[in-house]
Amino acid sequence: MATPPQLHNGKGTQDMADSVANSTAREDDSLFVRIDRLSKHFDEVAAVDNVSLDIKKGEIFALLGSSGCGKSTLLRMLAGFEMPSSGNIYLDGDDIAKMPPYERPINMMFQSYALFPHLTVWENVAFGLKRDGMPKDQIAERVETTLGIVKLKPYAKRKPHQLSGGQQQRVALARCLAKRPKLLLLDEPLGALDRKLREETQFELVNIIKSVGVTCAMVTHDQEEAMIMADRIAVMQEGRFLQVGPPSEIYETPSCVFVAGFIGDVNLFKGKVIVDEPDHVLIETPECRHFVTHGITGMIDMQVNIALRPEKICLQSHEPTLEQRESPKEQGYNVARGTIDGIAYFGKFTLFHVRLESGMVIKASRENSARHEETQLVRGQQIYVWWDGSDVVVLAN
Amino acid sequence: MSIASSIGNYGIVQFLKRNWGRRSVIGIPYGFLILFFSVPFLVVLKISVSSTDALGIHFQDLTSYANGIFELKIKLSNYIFLTTDPLYIETYLSSIKFAVINTLICLIIGYPFAYFMARSPATMRPALLMMVSLPFWTSYLLRVYAWKGLLDDNGVINNVLIWLHIIHDPIKMMYTGFSMTIGMVYTYIPFMILPVYATLVKMDLRLLEAAKDLGATPWKAFWLVTVPLSKNGIVAGSMLVFIPSVGEYVIPELLGGPSTLMIGRVLWDEFFSNNDWAMASAVAVSMVVLILIPLAIFNKFQSDSGGARGL
Repeated sequence: MATPPQLHNGKGTQDMADSVANSTAREDDSLFVRIDRLSKHFDEVAAVDNVSLDIKKGEIFALLGSSGCGKSTLLRMLAGFEMPSSGNIYLDGDDIAKMPPYERPINMMFQSYALFPHLTVWENVAFGLKRDGMPKDQIAERVETTLGIVKLKPYAKRKPHQLSGGQQQRVALARCLAKRPKLLLLDEPLGALDRKLREETQFELVNIIKSVGVTCAMVTHDQEEAMIMADRIAVMQEGRFLQVGPPSEIYETPSCVFVAGFIGDVNLFKGKVIVDEPDHVLIETPECRHFVTHGITGMIDMQVNIALRPEKICLQSHEPTLEQRESPKEQGYNVARGTIDGIAYFGKFTLFHVRLESGMVIKASRENSARHEETQLVRGQQIYVWWDGSDVVVLAN
Repeated sequence: MSIASSIGNYGIVQFLKRNWGRRSVIGIPYGFLILFFSVPFLVVLKISVSSTDALGIHFQDLTSYANGIFELKIKLSNYIFLTTDPLYIETYLSSIKFAVINTLICLIIGYPFAYFMARSPATMRPALLMMVSLPFWTSYLLRVYAWKGLLDDNGVINNVLIWLHIIHDPIKMMYTGFSMTIGMVYTYIPFMILPVYATLVKMDLRLLEAAKDLGATPWKAFWLVTVPLSKNGIVAGSMLVFIPSVGEYVIPELLGGPSTLMIGRVLWDEFFSNNDWAMASAVAVSMVVLILIPLAIFNKFQSDSGGARGL
């Protein structure tokens, strides 16, 4: 997936996995967690492969990837349940990679919550504090405060199985927060909740974490969850980071085809560079000729992919006029003719499937901002799709 | 769906028709137990309070009806004798003592065994389980008897120790509390291992990770999470070992000696040496009352509080 040096995209498609740690380490005081060339091998298979990463103090950081990408192994190494095969983990300056879990100032909220079934809510929250040898009156005070934060005070005497899923999750969170950890780990924090509850909980969870001010690393396979909750996201595949950055950066300028497809919907055009001028390149794909304006260069005949988000595409029944174009130079480019193959109405927007003349079906969405669209598009209609040259992302093969 | 609502919906006849399969599955073993346990026990109970005829051979009916007078005769002298003769009280206490020792040793040896079995790779567990149950494949009597050959003054262990010049005279092991306890532990340990294993193997190991994550050392995590969560298995295993140990007859008879008073042997003597069936029955009944009823109450208490534990 690594980008060849010939292609350089100004918006930052360089391979972050290699550069993040080395370029920014130590200069920034707010660097809190530092993962340095960390690897974990299971029977010669690398679950986590030479990964480096910095997490800032107070940040919510998400490890995003499909199952088996190594994100859980990385989280478990942070918690201390897995020992790294090589590499270091620094927390607030201390090397913790070889520290057993019960000595780390890190607490983890398990996907299954792992609440002790034989203890009450109160005892569950107090469990970690008792292990620290905190005096009894302080424990009581801390448990009360923490249960207050997660709004569970009235349930203190209940056993976990007497609570709803959402309440159990808050007990699990309280149990972690009571210890005032330096780093909070969340393993698929919302995975066990149903959809409706999940949406409410996402914001609540972020609010609690931000109000407490704890640094947080979470693991999720749900890109929406990662984008809503996290300040920064690392997209993982096969034990490596494909891209690290804020949600908007990952969405708008994905570093590779996998990231583009993993985060949101994307249309991918495959083609080659035919013209390379200082202010633009021309890329030919079977669908159309693409006029790409932002600062990329590439060798002639180089094979590339063009990623285009559905919401960046305009649909209309006539060819785009010169006035509609971002720049007059684009006229005649970045446009294709097609037939509407399907229409899905989602309320706030409508998704169109358009079959282009090349046979490719692209997805294009149109926001339903007005109650009545001036032009009603129907299935089977011949239309033009077009977009701005600055809205595409060119990705190497 | 509860039985009450089923009846409400379908009526009694339909309910009985609809549930005949379920009823017979439960009913057949229950019927068997009522017929072959409860009825004989009631017979024993009756014998224990029956008076005999002048010869002391035939038991008389408890009730009689003559001339409009209904008579109920309950002879309590056997029970009174039980409380006055110190032999019986000593035997009860001794039986309970040996049963408690046996249960504790089984727990101390069996719990770690069950623990490592439950934590061993899933592919190895069937083989380990098989090995625990392997002794059941040979006769229990033979296995207990075999200990005689090992522990006797002239047995394998003493002979080996003498041959190695570790000792000069054989150690007295046979016919002591030691030999009997060995036999009991050896026989009953699978009954401790299996229920403890069953609770440990289904335990969520993430709870241990959570405990460690919250600062508990592995040892603390074991005592604060694993042990409380395997309580049901410990209780079940202890019951399975303790209850039959109290009334054990064969092992005290084969491996025990004069100092190892056990109620099972006293019972046997009363029945077959003294031929005093009424006295023997009274011993049997009081054993049930004194041991099983407190255990039943304890069990009930356990299950009431255990219900809230999610296990």
